[in-house]
Amino acid sequence: MSTMTLTRAESARLAEPALRFTDLLAAEWIKLRSLRSTYWVLALASLVAIGVNLNAVHSDLTYIDHPPRPIPGLPPFRYDALYHSLSDIACYLMAIAAGSLGAITVFGEYTTGMIRTTFAAVPDRRGVIAAKVLLIGGITALAGAVVSAASFFGGNAMLASRHVGLSITQGVSLRAVIAYAAIVPVCALVGMALGALLRHATASIVSLVLLFFILPLMFGGDRYRWLYEIGAHLPMQTVNRLTYNPDSNSTISKWAPSVLDSWITMGVWAVASVAVTMVVVRRRDV
Amino acid sequence: MIEIERLTKRYGATTAVDQLTFTVKPGTVTGFLGPNGAGKSTTLRMILGLNTPTSGTVTVDGVPFAGRPRGLRHVGALLDASDVHGGRSARAHLSALARSNRIPLGRVDEVLTEVGLGKAAGRRIGGYSLGMKQRLGIAGALLGDPPVLLFDEPLNGLDPEGVLWVRGLFRRLAAEGRTVFVSSHMMTEMEHTADRLVVIGRGRLIADESLAEFSARHAESSVAVRAPELPKLADALRAEGAEVTVVEPQSGVVTGMTAERIGELAVRHGVVVHELAARTSSLESAFMSLTADSVEYLAGETR
Repeated sequence: MSTMTLTRAESARLAEPALRFTDLLAAEWIKLRSLRSTYWVLALASLVAIGVNLNAVHSDLTYIDHPPRPIPGLPPFRYDALYHSLSDIACYLMAIAAGSLGAITVFGEYTTGMIRTTFAAVPDRRGVIAAKVLLIGGITALAGAVVSAASFFGGNAMLASRHVGLSITQGVSLRAVIAYAAIVPVCALVGMALGALLRHATASIVSLVLLFFILPLMFGGDRYRWLYEIGAHLPMQTVNRLTYNPDSNSTISKWAPSVLDSWITMGVWAVASVAVTMVVVRRRDV
Repeated sequence: MIEIERLTKRYGATTAVDQLTFTVKPGTVTGFLGPNGAGKSTTLRMILGLNTPTSGTVTVDGVPFAGRPRGLRHVGALLDASDVHGGRSARAHLSALARSNRIPLGRVDEVLTEVGLGKAAGRRIGGYSLGMKQRLGIAGALLGDPPVLLFDEPLNGLDPEGVLWVRGLFRRLAAEGRTVFVSSHMMTEMEHTADRLVVIGRGRLIADESLAEFSARHAESSVAVRAPELPKLADALRAEGAEVTVVEPQSGVVTGMTAERIGELAVRHGVVVHELAARTSSLESAFMSLTADSVEYLAGETR
């Protein structure tokens, strides 16, 4: 019997291949691909977001052709091609879709118990989370880039005929397009962190909506600066600041953070979310 | 080989596993028995590094399992058949597991066929019966051809054919020199499956021995006696150290003495005996009486 045991132990050791992170990435890809509902959410949201943006610009063409009469005391009508081609509505839609996808991939493992099977197969929890973060971050970044680019170039191509379209090199166009894309993976990472913290479907999604959409409303206004500062550093406010077109008639608060400040805020949300996910998933019993 | 030493797990004021020490050796099927809530699943989760012990150590083949980057080639485990995502097909579920450990994908269909799920491989796991999920869990445990296998209540939900198949499988795995550790709360299941038993109650070790030793030590034997002059016989037997319980005027149960010895004493005292029947209590009742003090959830318990 002891000889047999030895042979078994040896064969197992010999069969162990070199460690590769790509194996974990590929496994997570199989998991994501085999749950239709999850990636459909992102694909559908992306198509709708592009549709919303293109349709918004298209319906604006009439207003551009028939501009309103100038109101005395106010500057003359000027069409903000940046604001209208990269709309808030489409941005919010992508935020909630990416945030939900991120949350689902984490709480889905906990609520089904799959997490135990996953960690029994791969005890290296850090590797599993890193693979999830990279995959979800990558896919949502791709979706964000496609939506942002299609919306900007599609919308401004239509506007070119009315001579109000922007090129990517004009003004803050490039920065706006990048920020409009970048917020999507950031939302996905925040969703993953909430999913890891709460490990509960409804709680994760509700807290996501609170953080993205309700809290900014509570921390607005121009009365208390500290309240405003909190609001300005919430995830969705960064993209508002970074897509703001200074060559337009719209104004921003006197306390509005700098562009660099907003980029850093966005980065901090991403990094902090990954750190939270990593720490809670590694520490906790499953 | 699984080595557990002074393993303890506390959840607040509750102690789920209390100073547990035992070793599970290769080449045998070891049954892990205990009533519901005895700490079996917690122990298995600690073996797999899913739960961190409050104190004590547990190693698999000399190494803490949590320290291994990939697990399937070292330990195959079926903890809970429902620890899967119902939205995936069995093939997708196992493919993801295999891919993470760089096990050739051909192995997926191999194990699915082995557990009898070859035809259902493409169906959503959510539509599986409990028995099918158990088979899928067993397939997952076999995926990496590991030297150590853990199964938590693997017989739940299996049909009689499935139970027989699983028993045969466990024996084969043990005969191949692997460590096979199977938990159950039913002695009757383990009687025909395990060679060794580790029995726990309220997180503490109660017994750690071979099935034969357990049976010899804990299964009580008694002799049913029917005699017209029972009181006279009873006095004679008691004088020799036996315990006699009188059930009816002419029949009783004797413990602490063999049927042969009772017969001899009856002859010596000139007592007529109509019946002498030796009985051995089942392992199930031995297990029940052994764990009676440590049952966590007792039906009909008064509070």
